[in-house]
Amino acid sequence: MVLLLLGLLLTGGLYTAFSPAQAQEQESEAELAAQGRELFLVGCSFCHGQNGEGISDAREGYQVGPSLVGVGAAAVDFQVGTGRMPLAQPAAQAPKKKVVYNEEEIAALAAYVASLAPGPAIPDAEDYSIEGLSAGEREEAIVRGGQIFLTNCTACHNFNGSGGAMPRGGYAPTLRDVPPRYIFEAMLTGPQNMPNFSNGNLSPEEKRDVIAYLGSLNETPEYGGFGLGGLGPVSEGLAGWIVGIGGLVGFAVWIAAHTTRSTKEKAEA
Amino acid sequence: MSVDTSKVATSNANKAATPKNGGPAGSIANWADERLGLATVMKKNLRKVFPDHWSFMLGEIALWSFVVLLLTGVFLTLWYTPSMGEIQYNGSYDQLRGIHMSEAMASTLNISFDVRGGLLMRQMHHWAATVFVASMMVHLLRVAFTGAHRKPRELNWVIGCLLLLLGTLEGFTGYSLPDDLLSGTGIRAADGFLKATPVVGTYMSFFLFGGEFPGEAIIPRLYTIHVLLIPGILLALIAAHMLLLVYHKHTQWPGPGRTEQNVVGFPMLPVYAAKAGGFFFIVFGVIALMGALLTINPVWKFGPYDPTKVTAGSQPDWYMGWPDGLLRLMPGVESVIFGYTISWNVMVPILIVPPLMLVILMVLPFIESWVTGDKREHHLLQRPRNAPTRTAVMVALMTFYGLAWAAGGNDIIAIRFDLSINQITYFLRAAIFIGPLIAFWITRRWCISLQRHDNETLLHGYETGVIMRSADGGYSERHLPIDGARAYEITARDRDEIYELESDVDGNGVAAPGTRVNALRAKLSKSMFADNVQKPTTEELTEAHHHAEHEHQLQAGLDHPADGHQFDGHDSAVEGHELRSR
Amino acid sequence: MSSPHDSVPAVSDHGGSVPATQEPIPDPGLHKHTWRPTDVDDRLAKRAERQIAAMFVLSMLCAVLFVVAYFTLEIGDSFDTVGYLGASTVALGLSLAGALLFIGVGVIQWARKLMSDVEISEPRHPAKSSDADRAATLQSLDLGAKDSGIGRRPLIRNTMLGAVGLLGLPALVVLRDLGPLPGDRLARTIWQPGMRLVRDVLGTPVKPSDMEVGDLINAAPEALFPTEENGYEEIEGVELNVEKAKGAIIIVRMEPGDIVSTQGDNWSVDGIVSFSKICTHVGCPISLYERTTHHVLCPCHQSTFDLADSAKVVFGPAARPLPQLPLAVNEDGYLIAQSDFTEPIGASYWEREKES
Repeated sequence: MVLLLLGLLLTGGLYTAFSPAQAQEQESEAELAAQGRELFLVGCSFCHGQNGEGISDAREGYQVGPSLVGVGAAAVDFQVGTGRMPLAQPAAQAPKKKVVYNEEEIAALAAYVASLAPGPAIPDAEDYSIEGLSAGEREEAIVRGGQIFLTNCTACHNFNGSGGAMPRGGYAPTLRDVPPRYIFEAMLTGPQNMPNFSNGNLSPEEKRDVIAYLGSLNETPEYGGFGLGGLGPVSEGLAGWIVGIGGLVGFAVWIAAHTTRSTKEKAEA
Repeated sequence: MSVDTSKVATSNANKAATPKNGGPAGSIANWADERLGLATVMKKNLRKVFPDHWSFMLGEIALWSFVVLLLTGVFLTLWYTPSMGEIQYNGSYDQLRGIHMSEAMASTLNISFDVRGGLLMRQMHHWAATVFVASMMVHLLRVAFTGAHRKPRELNWVIGCLLLLLGTLEGFTGYSLPDDLLSGTGIRAADGFLKATPVVGTYMSFFLFGGEFPGEAIIPRLYTIHVLLIPGILLALIAAHMLLLVYHKHTQWPGPGRTEQNVVGFPMLPVYAAKAGGFFFIVFGVIALMGALLTINPVWKFGPYDPTKVTAGSQPDWYMGWPDGLLRLMPGVESVIFGYTISWNVMVPILIVPPLMLVILMVLPFIESWVTGDKREHHLLQRPRNAPTRTAVMVALMTFYGLAWAAGGNDIIAIRFDLSINQITYFLRAAIFIGPLIAFWITRRWCISLQRHDNETLLHGYETGVIMRSADGGYSERHLPIDGARAYEITARDRDEIYELESDVDGNGVAAPGTRVNALRAKLSKSMFADNVQKPTTEELTEAHHHAEHEHQLQAGLDHPADGHQFDGHDSAVEGHELRSR
Repeated sequence: MSSPHDSVPAVSDHGGSVPATQEPIPDPGLHKHTWRPTDVDDRLAKRAERQIAAMFVLSMLCAVLFVVAYFTLEIGDSFDTVGYLGASTVALGLSLAGALLFIGVGVIQWARKLMSDVEISEPRHPAKSSDADRAATLQSLDLGAKDSGIGRRPLIRNTMLGAVGLLGLPALVVLRDLGPLPGDRLARTIWQPGMRLVRDVLGTPVKPSDMEVGDLINAAPEALFPTEENGYEEIEGVELNVEKAKGAIIIVRMEPGDIVSTQGDNWSVDGIVSFSKICTHVGCPISLYERTTHHVLCPCHQSTFDLADSAKVVFGPAARPLPQLPLAVNEDGYLIAQSDFTEPIGASYWEREKES
C-alpha cells in the first residue's frame, strides 16, 4: 500500500516534469497512439503495467490496477475525462475530481489503449444527441428513455439521478449535470463496479434515449419547489421536522411568551 | 360572542318569548337558546381557564394539522380516482405521455399538472401528514417527560397512543394511494410482512389484495380505509381526547399561586380562543409555505408502479422509518419447523417489536402508578429531573427509536457522509442494544445531579460570580439566596416515597398472597426512587439560612447585598448602594 | 374567581405522612399583575391596533393575489416558471400562506397586546363523581336490572348473549370473498421450459453473444410481451402485473472461471447466469449489481447476494438465496429457460417449503 501511494506521488511529480508539448494538429492514429504510450508509461503504467496488462499483487492477493487490454478508447475517455483517473489514493471507488490531462492528451491515451486490443470507441456526438430527430420522435425517445432509465438505472442511481449507496462504501454517483458523452461511455464500458450496458445489451439508440430523458429532467422546472436533494422520503422527513415542527414550535414559543412589561400603573386600575 | 342571559325571555308560555331588549344578535341568541339551551352549556366553558406555556401548544399543532389534512384531503378527492384500471396517460407531463398506468396514478398526475393549485394541495396534504405525526410525537414526549400522564389522565394517554398508531396507519394508506413506483414498492414490502405472518400469512395477503399481489383491489380498499374508516375513528378519538382535556382541565407548571386545586391562566374567551384560533391559521400558513416551496413525493419522477422496477432510496415516510430500520438491522434468520417456514427476519422487526413498543408506551402510566403506589390526582407537572427514572426510561426509548430510525436511512447516511452501509449496519446492530442502556444511565445520573444542584441553590443560594477574599487570603465565591417565587417553584414537588414490603407472611404466619408481586414492586420502587435527591426539609433550610447569616456577619466590610451586577451598571435593584459611579 | 388566589399550601394528602407544615417554603401566591405598555399608554394601544389591522389588510391583499395568480399563471403544457420552480404552485402557495399567516399573526398579536392578560384562577374538582351521584347511579342501575329481571331469568340472558355473540360469525364470514384462496399460486411463475428471456420494457430476446462480461440485463419472460411472431396469448391488466411481479429476472455475464457455484448442474451458459429479481426478504425488485464482486444489493433493506456463488446471502436481512433460473440456448441461439424456478420466488411464507 505504501508502495502504491509512493508511486502515485511520483506519478504526479513526473507528470509535471514531462508535460508534453502541444500536439500537432494532423496526426495519424499511430502517431497519436505512440504519443499516448509515452504519457501512459509516465502516468499510468505504475498501476496498469508497462503494456496495460494490469498488475496484481500476488502476495497480498489484490489487484493494484486492472488490465486495460480491450477496455477501449471509451473507457479511457470516461475515466480520465471525468478526472477519476489517475487515482489520487486507493479507495473503495475512484471519485470524480479535477481533470489532470488536457483533451489532446486524453485522446492520445485513448488511442494508445485502443491500440492494445479492440474495444468500445469514443462515441460520436450524433450517437447520444436527439438533435436530428423530429419533435414527435424526440418526445417518443424521451418517454422510452424514461422507461429504460427506470428499469435499468434508478435501482442504483435513484429516480432523480441523484445517486445511491452501494455495498461496502461504494456508491452510484449522481447523473445530473454529467455531460451526455460520459453517460454514454459509462453505460458502454461499466466503470468501476457498474455493470456494462454494452451495445448488444442496450442498443446505442436506447442509450441515447436514456440520455435524452436525463436531459429532459434538467430542462423541466422543479414543479413543486426546491427538490431537497431528490433523495426521497428521508430528506423530506428531515425537512418536515426541521421546517415544520421547528417553525411551529418557534411560533408556539412566541405565542406563549410574556410581552414586555411596563413599570407604570394603569390609571383607572 | 358571549351569550347575554339578561336578554333571554323569562316566560315560556303560549305567547312567543321575546327578548327584553337587544338587536338582531340578541334575537338570534334567544332563538338558538330556546331550542338548544346553549347558555347553560356555555356559561361554564366560555371563561374556562387554560394555562399558557409553549409546550402546551404541541398537541394543538397536531389538531390543526389534522384540520388542514381534512380540508386539503377533501380537495384531492374531487379529482383522485381510486382505481387500478389501466389507462394510457395523455396529460401534460411530457416524460410519461403515452405510458400505461393505473387510473390512480394518472389522476394523481392530473391533479399535479392539470388542476390549478392541485400540486400545491397535494404537497400541503403530504406535508401536513408529516407534521401531524411529528407533532403527535413531540406532544407525547412533552406529556411523558412532565408526568402529565399520571392520574387522572391515564386513559387520555392511551387514547393519545392510539391516535399516534392510527395517524401512522393513515399516513401509510395515504402515501400508498398515488400508485407510483415508491408507494408500490412500499405496498409490496407490506405484502411481504403479511406473508411472514405464521399460519394465516398467505391468506391475509390474498384477502387484502383480492388475489395475488398486486391485484387490482388494493388501491380502492386502501382508499376507503384512508378516507372513511381511519379518519372516522381518528375524529371520534380526537373528540374524546379533547373532551377529557376539558373535563380534567389542563395541567399546569407549579409556581406561586398554582396548586393542585386550581388552574391559573387565561380564559377561553377571548384570550385562549384568539391564541388557539390564531395558531390554526399559523399552522395552516406554515404548511402552505412548505407546500409552496418544498417538493414532496414527486410522483412524476418515480413513474407508475411496475413490479419489476425499483429505485435507490426506497424508504417509507419518516414515521414508518424506524420499523424499516429494524428490518435492515435484523440478521437473516429463518427457521423451518415441521416443514413450515417462520421468518424471524421479518416477524421480529415488524410483527413483534413495533406492537410491543406501542403496548409498552400505553402501559407506562399504569406501571408507574403501580410501582409508586401513587393513586392521587396530579395536575401539577413535574420537571423531568424530578422523575429521574421515568425521564431516563423515556430517553432510553427515544434512543432505541432514534437508532432504528437512523438505520432506516442508512443508505442516505452512507452517501451523504461517505460511509459504508455495511459498517453503519454493524455499528447499529450493537448500538441498538447498548445505546438505550447508556442513555438510561446517563440521563438518570444527570437528572439526579440536577436535583442536587437545585438543592444547593435552595440551601446556599445561587452563584453570583463575585469572588470574595477573606482576611486570611482565601478566596470564595459569594452565594446569594434566590427570590421567594423561584425557591417556591423548585420546592413545589412531592417527596418520593419508597414502597417497602411490610411482611412476607400474613397474620397466621402463612405466606401472604401476592407477596412475590409486592416484593418485585418494592424492588422496583427502590431502584426507581432510592437514588433521587429529595427537596430539603424546613429544618435543613432554616439551618442553612442561619449558616448563611453567620457567614454574612463574618464577611464584615461588605455591608450591603451584592447581586453580581455591581460592576456592570445593572445594579438598580439594589437601592442605596453604589459601588461605582455611573 | 379572578382575584389572585390565596396562598394555598401545596397538596398535602400524601398518605398523611408529610404534613403541610413540612413544606419548606410556603406558597407566596400569584404574582402581582404588572401592566403592559399597551395597557397604560393609549398611544401605544392605538399603534398596536393599527398594526393588527394592517396585518388583516395584508391578508386580504394576499387573498386577492391568490386569485390573480390562479387566473394568470399557466399550468399544463406551457408551464410558467419562476427561476427553476413552477410559478403557479409557488405563487398560489405563497399568497395562501401569506393570507393565512397574516390572519394568524394578527389575531395573536391582538391577544398579546390588547386583550386582558390578567391571569385568572379556576378551582379544580376531583375527576370522580360525588358519592351521592355514585349512589344514585348504582340505585338506578340496580332498579333497571331488577325491572328487566336479567338476574332472575338466566335463560333469556344466556340465549341473548349467545345470539349476539354468534353475530360475529356472519360478520366474519361475509368478508370471505375479499379474495381467492392462495392455493399453490405463489409457487408457480409464468416461466416454462423453452421460454425465451427478453429485455424488460423492450421485449427483445437475448443472445449470449449480445452480452459482454460485466453486462447486466433486466429481463422478463417472453410471454409477457406477446406478439404474433412468438404466439403467446394476449396478457394485460392484473394478470400481467401478477406475472411481472413473479417472473422478473436479472441476467449477468461473468468470466466462466469466476462462477464458484450454481444452484443446479448446467444452469449457466458461458458465464451467463440468471436469477429471480425479487428479493427473498420482503420482495423488492433488486438489480444493484456490482460487476467486479458479482454482488447484487437490495435497495430496500440492503440484503446482498453473491451471484457468482449461487446467489447466497452475504449481508443483510434476507435468509435465502435468490432462486436461480436454469438457462439454456435454443436452436436459434437465444437464451431460454430450461424450466420454471424450482422453488417459490420472493418473500418467505408459512407453507413455502411444502410447495417447493
